[in-house]
Amino acid sequence: MTFTANDSWWWPYLFILLGGWLATDFWRFLGVYLGGRLSEQSELLVLVRCIATGLVAAVIANLIVFPTGVLASTPLSLRIGAAVSGFLAYLASGKKVVVGIVAGELVLCVILLWLDAL
Amino acid sequence: MSHGLPVYAMRLEMNQLELSEPSPPPARTAWFLRGMCAAFSVPGLILASAFIGFAGLARDAGLTLAQTVFMTGVVWALPGKVVLVGAIVAGNSLPAAAFAVALSSVRLAPMVVALAPEMRTPETRQWVLYLLSHFVAVTSWVLAMERLGRVPRPMRTTYYAGLGSALIILNMGVVAVVFLIAARLPPTLSAGLFFLTPLYFVTSLWGSARERAGQLAMILGLFLGPVFHILTPGFDLLTAGLVAGCAAFGIHLMAKQRETA
Repeated sequence: MTFTANDSWWWPYLFILLGGWLATDFWRFLGVYLGGRLSEQSELLVLVRCIATGLVAAVIANLIVFPTGVLASTPLSLRIGAAVSGFLAYLASGKKVVVGIVAGELVLCVILLWLDAL
Repeated sequence: MSHGLPVYAMRLEMNQLELSEPSPPPARTAWFLRGMCAAFSVPGLILASAFIGFAGLARDAGLTLAQTVFMTGVVWALPGKVVLVGAIVAGNSLPAAAFAVALSSVRLAPMVVALAPEMRTPETRQWVLYLLSHFVAVTSWVLAMERLGRVPRPMRTTYYAGLGSALIILNMGVVAVVFLIAARLPPTLSAGLFFLTPLYFVTSLWGSARERAGQLAMILGLFLGPVFHILTPGFDLLTAGLVAGCAAFGIHLMAKQRETA
């Protein structure tokens, strides 16, 4: 039951609907249903937010450490260095996401052009 | 002149309404358009850059243009989509992929819980809220929480409908355009393009963590992701997320106990 398991044209869309749409809108609809019954401060929600944050962070780290495509032919140390510089620039600028993204991209692209690696 | 009295009464009522509202509410369309305009802002621009990265990611994972645009519309929240593409690349089965996406999207429920009272009036129908809840993702939520206060209450659902639909349609367009031109980009530029997604999340994830425990979970997740990728391939996202989240939560509880003790 993987994404590529079935050759029918509709299978990827069904996969996206069940694995993506249902898995996200379920929570949105639950939020409307629960209304004011759920407290933002409850400890259970802290745990839930921690697991969600950890999971997305794991995806992101894998994108940096085990990338596919063009990024796979760049040095690992450069990718980690660019991500760390972006994050530090974000913190130094008073948490401005734009600054973090631009700084990280500059480090990556300038060094790639300088190394002439691609 | 037989209608004179009721018309007069109606005018009086409208005058009273105008007195109770600081500004007379303009037509619904105007508020819908104002909501759409809010999509063209700095947070909206940052989101578009993240979708540029996502389109590159999906294209690289072997998804077609139609599948990626479809996914953008139906899932909408970026973390859920990035996890779904990650699960597709890793060859996860549908239940495992759905479970990982669901785990990454739980926070949508409390976000909707927080947003709904901002928009609701006694006349608001429940189905309108269910429909609008689909637009909830980090960017539209942050924008709405920030700006709804300046929108007259009866117009808030309309305003959010404009904001949410503009963001989704705009980014479906961004995804489609990037998909079409990605193959023709010079390699350095496409490397930069792929790198937008990690950079967007490394920064915005830190900012959206409301408590220290969330930031700790992020750091642990960043380290554990690659570790579990090698140790437990196929389940790496779930195991890394659960271990990082539970460990961060445990430390959070211990710190809290020390505070009260």
